[in-house]
Amino acid sequence: MPLVDMQKIVKIYASGENEVRALDGIDLAIEAGEFLAVMGPSGSGKSTLMNILGCLDRPTEGTYRLDGVDVSRMSANQRAEIRNSRLGFVYQNFNLLSRTTALENVELPLIYGQAPMSVRERRARAREIIHRVGLDGREKHTPAQLSGGQQQRVAIARALITDPPVILADEPTGNLDTRTSQDVMGIFERLNDEGKTVIIITHEHDIAEHARRAVTFRDGKIVQDGPVERRRRTQEAHP
Amino acid sequence: MTGLQRVGSIVWIGLRAILRHKMRSTLTVLGIVFGVGCVIVMVAIGAGAAKSIESSIAAMGSNFIMIFPGAVTQSGARIHTGQSTLTEEDAEAIKAECPSVAYVSPSSRIAAQVVAGEQNWGTQIQGAGVEWPFIRAWNVSEGSFFTEGDVKGAAKVAVLGKTVADALFPQGGAVGQTVRIKNVPFRVVGVLEAKGGSQVGQDQDDTIVAPYTTVLKRLEGRNRLGAILVAAADPALVPQAMSEMESLLRQRRRLQPGQDNDFMMRSQEEIAAFANQSAGTISMLLGWAALISLIVGGIGVMNIMLVSVTERTREIGVRMAVGAKGRDVLSQFLIEAIVLSLVGGALGIGGGILVSRMIAENAGWPVVVTPGSIAMAFGTAALIGIVFGFYPAWKASKLDPIEALRYE
Repeated sequence: MPLVDMQKIVKIYASGENEVRALDGIDLAIEAGEFLAVMGPSGSGKSTLMNILGCLDRPTEGTYRLDGVDVSRMSANQRAEIRNSRLGFVYQNFNLLSRTTALENVELPLIYGQAPMSVRERRARAREIIHRVGLDGREKHTPAQLSGGQQQRVAIARALITDPPVILADEPTGNLDTRTSQDVMGIFERLNDEGKTVIIITHEHDIAEHARRAVTFRDGKIVQDGPVERRRRTQEAHP
Repeated sequence: MTGLQRVGSIVWIGLRAILRHKMRSTLTVLGIVFGVGCVIVMVAIGAGAAKSIESSIAAMGSNFIMIFPGAVTQSGARIHTGQSTLTEEDAEAIKAECPSVAYVSPSSRIAAQVVAGEQNWGTQIQGAGVEWPFIRAWNVSEGSFFTEGDVKGAAKVAVLGKTVADALFPQGGAVGQTVRIKNVPFRVVGVLEAKGGSQVGQDQDDTIVAPYTTVLKRLEGRNRLGAILVAAADPALVPQAMSEMESLLRQRRRLQPGQDNDFMMRSQEEIAAFANQSAGTISMLLGWAALISLIVGGIGVMNIMLVSVTERTREIGVRMAVGAKGRDVLSQFLIEAIVLSLVGGALGIGGGILVSRMIAENAGWPVVVTPGSIAMAFGTAALIGIVFGFYPAWKASKLDPIEALRYE
């Protein structure tokens, strides 16, 4: 059974009298451990797909099973729990809380988690993850005191703290320079190597090349789905 | 995460948000501080006024009766002639013919500036008869009260209240000195003992007592009385004394049955009831004024919380994206509002008590801070936090995480 199993997903936005079919009958299966790039021009429906994949939104029609559980008809609270425990998010603009330390940003999902955990445990776990993304010594820095690449590492650490099986990244390198982009993509590659399922939205081909499989959207439909010719050029830089 | 830890974390988040926006939080808290402070001070003043009225009326003695001039009725129309209906002869008749009455003193009051040497002082001149000290249970501590002869001869003699004596003769030795009241020289024959208890913002010792004849003739230039002060022979005889005086005065005025009295009578009990009622009205008015300022403070809290929610839309989106539920966001903002209100409440109570003390010391007003008013102010502050914090918090909890994340 695939980890992500979407069948005949339709998403319609009503704007005035017109309705926009942002997604028009999407069938998508993603196995555990895949590294998927979702490509397509703006307005093609890839962001809508991301919101549904991330349980931030519900499809108008169709079913979406995550790890065998139908999440497409869940209530807002149930979806909040799924987002907390099963999914990790990374955004183009990082979406870190300002005036809040890296450590506290990373801890954030644990505050809303279901498993009992003391403040001390939370701290320890956050430190460990910060170490994993290579930000030792920056625990007390606020986002304003960090570079873009460092902020994105904090965001990745936050996505990892509840140890979710799926990491969703929406244009994660869109605000980063080329060098830093490669570093960040290196982290995603490593996570994928460690067994995480990574799904990245991007419109840049050289970013998509880090993935193993690419799905291309146009006008709410999948127009292309196949393996990526892999270059994995950052692997040496980040052993 | 256990329920307690979860609540703890959310309280902590709220506190952090408050500390992060110090200026804004301070201004919000200030609104509540003033509101709660107002409630404390206003209620304290009201309660203090009620208490001092109570004690000063109790000091009149329970056998005290006061007769005031009333309206004159002519041909069925109630008219005010501007001239009092009470005369010296009325007072004499009461003394002579009412067996339940022990003491009678004609009375007339006038405000005047008093000069003695370099000093001068504005006060109340009270015209009285020789029985006045027995009616008011108020004796002289120096010298003596004026005599029957002084009253008959309209002698220019005066007995000073303690406050007036201290103001005009700071070195003491007032007795035997001369004071000028409206340019008329008066010889000081005595000083009253300090009464201490003060009326609403008014010092009872700030007075001068002189023969009523002198006050009427030399200072006021009239011959009618402002009032007649009476003491019944016994507190139990007050109703009887009142009915004796009423029929006597009606008879003296040849009032027919069915015609209204042209005078009014009030016993100490009635005066007390009336005074308590007006003190209650004052307290209530002050309380309402204070409550309104609290509500204004509450609207301030709501305003700031709405701004805060809008400003932190993105933060709310982030929290929701990583798993915060509507109720988590709701409690976070509600706690913030309640903490702001309670901090404001606590500071307001402290400030209110301080201001009440300052008023008591500097203005000499009686103020009474009751535990009840403190509890009420604190409870109201908490309630304001909940009531005015709820809408912004609810609004925050209903945000769509996708929209919130996109918010610039």
